[in-house]
Amino acid sequence: MAGLKDATAIVGIGQTPFAKHLPEDERTLACRAVLAALDDAGIAPGEVDALASYTMEETDEVQLAKAVGFGDLTFFSKVGYGGGGSCATVAHLAAAIATGQATVGVAWRSRKRGSGPRPWKNTSAQLPTPAQWTRPFGLLRPADEIGMLTRRYMHEYGATRDHLFNVALACRNRANQNPAAIMYDRPLTREMYMTSRWISEPLCLFDNCLETDGALACVVVSAARARDCPQRPAYIHSAAQGLPAQHHGMVNYWNDDPLTGPAWTAARHLWKHADLSPQDVDVAQIYDAFTPLIPLSLEGYGFCGRGEGGAFTEGGALEIGGRLPLNTGGGGLSEAYVHGFNLINEGVRQLRGTSTAQVPGAATCLVTAGEGVPTSALLLRS
Amino acid sequence: MLTPVVDDDGAPFWEYAARGELRVQACADCGEPRFPPRPCCPHCRSFASEWRLMSGKGRVWSYVVPHPPLLPEYAAQAPYNVIVVELAEAPRIRLVGNLVSEADAPLDGVAPERVRIGARVQAVFSSAGLPQWVLERP
Repeated sequence: MAGLKDATAIVGIGQTPFAKHLPEDERTLACRAVLAALDDAGIAPGEVDALASYTMEETDEVQLAKAVGFGDLTFFSKVGYGGGGSCATVAHLAAAIATGQATVGVAWRSRKRGSGPRPWKNTSAQLPTPAQWTRPFGLLRPADEIGMLTRRYMHEYGATRDHLFNVALACRNRANQNPAAIMYDRPLTREMYMTSRWISEPLCLFDNCLETDGALACVVVSAARARDCPQRPAYIHSAAQGLPAQHHGMVNYWNDDPLTGPAWTAARHLWKHADLSPQDVDVAQIYDAFTPLIPLSLEGYGFCGRGEGGAFTEGGALEIGGRLPLNTGGGGLSEAYVHGFNLINEGVRQLRGTSTAQVPGAATCLVTAGEGVPTSALLLRS
Repeated sequence: MLTPVVDDDGAPFWEYAARGELRVQACADCGEPRFPPRPCCPHCRSFASEWRLMSGKGRVWSYVVPHPPLLPEYAAQAPYNVIVVELAEAPRIRLVGNLVSEADAPLDGVAPERVRIGARVQAVFSSAGLPQWVLERP
């Protein structure tokens, strides 16, 4: 890992609009995001020789390479576990470039969950084999699975719905500053939160991420190459994946310690190979498919002690000017839920100084992938 | 309603459940219980396993109350409870299930305020062979 520290940088970011429904298909959206990112980087598509995305990505490397006219590819990688793979796509490209396997890498995610089918409406899709232990009992959706951990977390540590509201509010407040966010013009109040409908008690509507159509991409090159690119580089200072011993995914109830998730494993590796510690992080983009993932991640990544994640959210800590400004584009809860790729691009914007909710002088940004599934994280610096 | 899609490792659990027995897989060499079932013991790497009879006593470790949108047959009973039960003899073995008033009763048959973490429960079995849970002191 010593070979990875600041050896590469994100030099281009691109995205399509975000909406509940976009008319174009996922492949077209992927092409648009990738071309926008390459344009931002000032790099021609023919120079791309490395690709990385998620196993859940429907646009494959062959389709994308043919459609936008890439050169010969010498590295391609796909990372599993849905939103747990977001940061790992960039990490894989960084590793490939730092070790000379490629020179220009593109990571991307294109998704139509806003207008596409919802998995819980499809009975057969509900029954992958491990689900024999959960789905027949009506634990059907990710919200139900995470809700179970949330209830236990509240019971053990005294976390409250107000703490979860603090998370939802911070994300919504940032979205209200971001014209690209789906919730740009939709303020949230405590009254709205507390009286909203339940999805899976103790999780209500506003504890859940958005259903979104959209695509994003970013471009990774060596630090040497990055200095010649038009945009200020976001250096990849440290990167990690995490799949803890005896982990069971979102239904981690079978772990000896179900409330320490993959964030803890990824964090140990991330900080071990960094010159920075949690106190040095100026702004964080923490994966927020559900509000409780934030306090759990705050503990896992070392911003507070075990069980203190709820209390950490108090006093405006996650707002601009607070101890740890969070998800400054609005996150999955209020900007767009595109398996966390928007968090990566927003991290880059913060280090460029171009966020719509800019943290003054932000020089370091933690970006994380989905907690509760095998995960990944990036520590970016300007 | 969804019924379990059984794999080779899990099949014995469901066969015993159909006979009204709650059994969990344990290592036949080092004795460690494990769940979900799998081919190899993560403690001693033995491939020898046995199925240990449990008393069916446990405590509620956590619970959720799902509301629609849900699959139709579940939506018809919503809001209902889903619980995780920590087994009395093997506290780190935790099973997902439902707290019901009696075997085969609907999933919403226990008042939500009766469901609480720590409540003592007892396993019963539905006619479809699913383990369910009733309050030890209803």
